[in-house]
Amino acid sequence: MPVPILKQGPHLIASVQSALGDSDLVELRDALIAQVGRYRSRGVIIDVTALDVMDSFASRTLGDIAHMARLRGAETVIVGVQPEVAFAMVQLGLTLEGVATALDLEEGLAFLQQRASRTGPHRHPSSA
Amino acid sequence: MNEQTIETVEVPPVAESTRAVLRELVAHLRKNRTLLREEWARRITEAKLLTAMTEEEVFAEATSVYDNYVEALETGTLEALQAYARNLSERVIPRGVETHEVVGIVLLLRDVLARSLFAKYRADFAHLNRVLDAYEPAANRIAITVAVGFVQERERTIRDQQEAIRELSTPVLQVRERLLILPIIGVIDPHRARQLTEQLLHAIRTNRAKVVVIDITGVAAMDSHVANHLVLTVEASRLLGATVIVTGLSPEIAQTLVNIGVDLGKMNTAGDLQGGIEEAERQLGFKVTPNGDSPA
Amino acid sequence: MGSKTSSVQAPENGQPLDEIRIAIRSDSDLVAARQEGRRMAERLGFGGGDRTLIATAISELARNILRYADHGEVVLLHANHGPREGMTVVAQDKGPGIKDLERALEVGYSTSGGLGLGLPGVRRLMDVFNVRSSSGDGTVVSATKWKR
Repeated sequence: MPVPILKQGPHLIASVQSALGDSDLVELRDALIAQVGRYRSRGVIIDVTALDVMDSFASRTLGDIAHMARLRGAETVIVGVQPEVAFAMVQLGLTLEGVATALDLEEGLAFLQQRASRTGPHRHPSSA
Repeated sequence: MNEQTIETVEVPPVAESTRAVLRELVAHLRKNRTLLREEWARRITEAKLLTAMTEEEVFAEATSVYDNYVEALETGTLEALQAYARNLSERVIPRGVETHEVVGIVLLLRDVLARSLFAKYRADFAHLNRVLDAYEPAANRIAITVAVGFVQERERTIRDQQEAIRELSTPVLQVRERLLILPIIGVIDPHRARQLTEQLLHAIRTNRAKVVVIDITGVAAMDSHVANHLVLTVEASRLLGATVIVTGLSPEIAQTLVNIGVDLGKMNTAGDLQGGIEEAERQLGFKVTPNGDSPA
Repeated sequence: MGSKTSSVQAPENGQPLDEIRIAIRSDSDLVAARQEGRRMAERLGFGGGDRTLIATAISELARNILRYADHGEVVLLHANHGPREGMTVVAQDKGPGIKDLERALEVGYSTSGGLGLGLPGVRRLMDVFNVRSSSGDGTVVSATKWKR
């Protein structure tokens, strides 16, 4: 089941609806990168509120998305990580280092808008 | 939602002769329903049970229980009775009904019905024996089922209350919008550390916090396990979009962190709580600082 | 959808399943395994946080099977000996075995971002952790979480 991706102005918003298998994640990655290219998006928001488990593959794939999106000029924000999922992730050593995170969609959009309001080239997160 | 293992009382297969007798006495109990129910309600009041409820409430509950009781006698199946016992418990526990009251009223009902059977069959002793042979095990099974159901429901209620108390006693404080403070005092064992982290993460989400100040001024020492846990807490908070500032870091704890491989230069720290709050406000007032950029 | 056989059928009165086996052969089996794990954890009375930890551990262990051994099995057990009660996850395969077990279990507090087997991470998630591996017999990882 593909993850729905919405275009909202210069941003793409992908809302994960349910448990994602490995191939779903790969599909999401490919779809997002293709659309970033097609629409010259400036930002990508991935809402993982519905994900009840985030393991190493999911974490790495999200990191890949952020990396590839940045190469095409878009900043990625992961939003909606559940408290329990966050706790499990850090135990496993998955910190999404180098990828911006925000509490929810609203915060994620605010983050992207703040970045956009700064003139000049995109800044990379310090830990990238 | 926890699914509990419901204690089941063994239901031995019911002989056809017993079933026939049961049908007979159930018919009798149904026919005299009104009379027996009133007798039962009267005895409940006499025994000073269910004093927390009004007379109307007692009668209403008595009616429901009576019908379910007779049906359980008739069908021999306990699922419906178990479900009813749980519902009843859910209704009366908040009203302050005690276990002995619930057990008491079920036993009174058993007695009222037994007496009625005595009265009806007293002329034929052999038949009375057959009737009681059928009635007693069935009635006792019902009493046990209702009592066990009540106790289990009560235990569940107590557990929920304890959980609620734990939630309430969380030391996470919201002092400004989007800013949380977690002062930690004393000895932190791994269990408490885990609890604090869970409470903090939930608080971040509930309060939509963007900055958290964790003050460890009151913590004398930390072993490497707990120190690592602190680092994990900082990282987990970032995943929820919140930056953590650690304040009150003693030289000893700073050393412990370095020993486990933490780059203190990357960790947001401040000397004391006040300094931490000021730093937090600066970050919050400074809207251009997004979370992804902060060293976490 | 991967095949899954329950070794024990649930009796009508709702007693918890004591043992569930999930064959790991494909991608979708990973999702099935962690969802079964979460469900069992819930049945056994684990709190929400622990359920996520268990499901995450299962996901990692099952993925290792797929990635390194092509196929194997995850067994979920109700651990109930003595005073403690909990859930045990066993991930086993007949694959090539873990080459350098010592190294694979090395604990570093600095986070590594999920490369490699992730065994130290799984060990952190759970309370008891054992691994046996050889090139001849494959690998068996067993991890248990106790109810708090």
